[in-house]
Amino acid sequence: MSDVRTDESDESEESEESGETGAWRPSGDRDHHRRAGELTAVELLRWGWRQLTSMRTALVLLLLLALGAIPGSVIPQSGVDALKTQNWQAAHPHLTPIYQKLSLFAVYHSPWFAAIYLLLMVSLVGCIVPRLVVYWRGYRKQPPVAPRNLTRLPDSTSYTTDEEPDAVLERAQRQLSRGNRVATGDGWVSAERGQLREAGNLLFHLSVLVVLVGFGIGSLFGYKGGVILVVGNGFSNQLTQYDDFDPGSLFDAAKMEPFCFTVHDFKVQWIDSGPRQGLARGFQAPLSYRTDCGSDPSPQLSYDLRVNHPLKIGGTQIFLIGHGYAPVITVRDAQGHRLTNGPTVFLPESSDFESFGVVKASGRQPGKDIGLEGLFYPTFAAVHGQPINVMGQLNNPTISMLAYVGDLGLNGGVSQSIYAMDKAGMTQLKKPNGKVFRVDLRPHETVQLPNGAGSVTFSGIRQWTRLQISRTPDVWLTLLGVVLALVGLLGSLFIRPRRVWVRARRRDGTTLVEVAALDRSGGGDLVPVLSSVVESLRTPSSKGQEGARG
Amino acid sequence: MSVDLGVSTATWEHLSNQAIAAAGIVYFLALVSHLVEWSALRTVPVKATARTAVPASATTGGPPSVPEAPAVEHAGPDESTRFRIAMFGNLALQLTIIAAAAHFVGLFARAEAAQRVPWGNMYEFTISGSFVVAAGYLLLRKRFGLAWMGPIVTSMVLILLMVAVLWLYAPVEPLTEALRSYWLVVHVMSAMIATGAFTLGGITSALYLVRARAERRGTMREQGYVARLPALATLDRVSYRIHAFAFPVWTFAVLISGPIWAHEAWASYWNWDPKEVCAFITWVVYAAYLHARATAGWRGRNAAILALVGVATLWFNFIGINYFSTTSQHSYASGAPAISLRDR
Repeated sequence: MSDVRTDESDESEESEESGETGAWRPSGDRDHHRRAGELTAVELLRWGWRQLTSMRTALVLLLLLALGAIPGSVIPQSGVDALKTQNWQAAHPHLTPIYQKLSLFAVYHSPWFAAIYLLLMVSLVGCIVPRLVVYWRGYRKQPPVAPRNLTRLPDSTSYTTDEEPDAVLERAQRQLSRGNRVATGDGWVSAERGQLREAGNLLFHLSVLVVLVGFGIGSLFGYKGGVILVVGNGFSNQLTQYDDFDPGSLFDAAKMEPFCFTVHDFKVQWIDSGPRQGLARGFQAPLSYRTDCGSDPSPQLSYDLRVNHPLKIGGTQIFLIGHGYAPVITVRDAQGHRLTNGPTVFLPESSDFESFGVVKASGRQPGKDIGLEGLFYPTFAAVHGQPINVMGQLNNPTISMLAYVGDLGLNGGVSQSIYAMDKAGMTQLKKPNGKVFRVDLRPHETVQLPNGAGSVTFSGIRQWTRLQISRTPDVWLTLLGVVLALVGLLGSLFIRPRRVWVRARRRDGTTLVEVAALDRSGGGDLVPVLSSVVESLRTPSSKGQEGARG
Repeated sequence: MSVDLGVSTATWEHLSNQAIAAAGIVYFLALVSHLVEWSALRTVPVKATARTAVPASATTGGPPSVPEAPAVEHAGPDESTRFRIAMFGNLALQLTIIAAAAHFVGLFARAEAAQRVPWGNMYEFTISGSFVVAAGYLLLRKRFGLAWMGPIVTSMVLILLMVAVLWLYAPVEPLTEALRSYWLVVHVMSAMIATGAFTLGGITSALYLVRARAERRGTMREQGYVARLPALATLDRVSYRIHAFAFPVWTFAVLISGPIWAHEAWASYWNWDPKEVCAFITWVVYAAYLHARATAGWRGRNAAILALVGVATLWFNFIGINYFSTTSQHSYASGAPAISLRDR
């Protein structure tokens, strides 16, 4: 798993590999009975390990990871948008069972996706650890001896001079020692630079592991939960207070921070003109909170919660991620007893806050439940008799709902969604003429239900905010990991490991100087390097002929 | 970028539109000059101009100490052809610089009109992204000997601007709430720089493949465009270096600044949002590209193909996801809800 395992690897690696890549030679008496190609279990394991940790496998696994991620961006994911996934599943009854078997609705939690990235990680570790050892041992080593025939290297040049070889080599050593580690020998100078590239490379890959560990800790011990809170209501950080809660596998509810808060108000700025007219911007949810609401409460603090500006209490963060309307609808039965009296959260169905909601009023006698289901329009208008919603601002708030009586099934012991009505035991109310009866109300209006079933009053409107509360322990570890990974990546991409060799020897009364360079990153242009080395070696006095190999 | 010059928003917006239109026209003129230049070059065998004419392509890939080959050895181009090549080559470069300047004015005026960075919708992304391509080409032209890229870059930027003006245009409007953050500057700028650079890298990789194919089949003509491209090794190296620049920038945009901002705005570091998935795929493909260059059997051709796959996923993500996916929280292509309700 690296980008510099090229042909010209270190000698140590080469010698290590040369013993393995050839045929499996029999090494002892008991091997005489084996046929060619037969491996013992250990050898097979070793072979498998080598295959897994090879660069080619890593590359294939990377591509598989990319391929495996694609279905998740095409097929709706239940973890991302449960509603959309349900709709898709309803629309494709034949494909759904097959997709479910392949866990295509939860690609990123599926066994096969995990298999890809776990194999990739094993491959990474298997590649990085031995290289770490090699790098550690090789770091202090002298630059390698200059190859005998420098001009056979792809990037080399030579020239002749009248100077003594020793003078040339001495100057070469002096010139090359800038920014290089230099070794000399009989008639040659060898210089090496850019060893930190491999360090950066290793750092990057190790940091990927740190990121994954940090990510793992965060998702195992952390949690995220959501709550819809009607303005004016309070919240204290306990499991029961959440509408939805998604804990990590090792989450401990006892460690939840004991804060509490109350949302006092919710302010929205509406856009009055332009292409986004009628949409909202500038949300503010002023709240007051205590970091500890236990028996010994801490002092009360206040915060202006806004999008992009989460509130941080200890290690927990509170985000404003949504808002909507909660009409206050009072349902009375035939005797005038108040069955419900409080805000009902309606969920927005579009960006103009046309919202859907259900009111469930449990009757005083069995079978006398009253249910309402329908829409809330912040700015109602009728165009050609069709009801439409103009914008999200409360300019003409109206509810338009259907009414049902019967048994809501609230006492069945099965928990129900507050946003859906079980109509199995309910009968829709009709007008005396047989037409559908609608509860169409504006604030402070009341309507009597048919057949003397009761009455419905639209008493007022409250707002609600949707808050996400999450805790990700040790997120600094992940952050440190990504920063180190970036540093390592920069090093591995921009540090150019390079070797330069100079050989000088007497030949036919003159001195032949050969210069060669080797770029081990595959990204460098050696032509200017060679010419600048030659430039620095030649003094004005030395005039000779040049010959070069391209 | 909020200098109060006493000019109204509408005036700035008007100025921006005019400047973008002007930039488009000048890019077109630059393209025409390039075409004249290259058509003149077609009459000249490659070797004759290899080291003399202005758009000489192979200046970086040659052997180190071969003395400058005098043009006399071969049948050199006549005086008027040489003049035409030099003049139109120069003219094209000057025009590209002027067009890029007008392009920048367009972006600046757009920023003034909106009182924010001009990266709020598809139109603004496209005009900014194409500017990065043009500017990147101009900046790297000398260093990497990218003169041969002129016709491709000018035509590509021209097409992008046309697409932006004809199909993506949106009047200046305030940002949705979740976008109003300084992370917009950090995240989008890095994503855009990386996109521009990856696009340039994609061009070199594509031409690598074209040239490799021509060399393999022996169909390279003496005077053709392909023959004037740098040697394969040079194309591969230039391509690698552009990608090596773009990859860390993309890493920062997608895997660092993106999650941090997502955490602030949407309360979750990573949501497997379609745009995020696609950006991740792009990242993995380019990581594979960098690895492929160092793996036996994958160097050269296969690596170049990977780079093209990368650029395809990148542009699909940049434009496609906004139209094909309705669940994406990044879907600024249409008037998305200001803050959305998820997980309901």
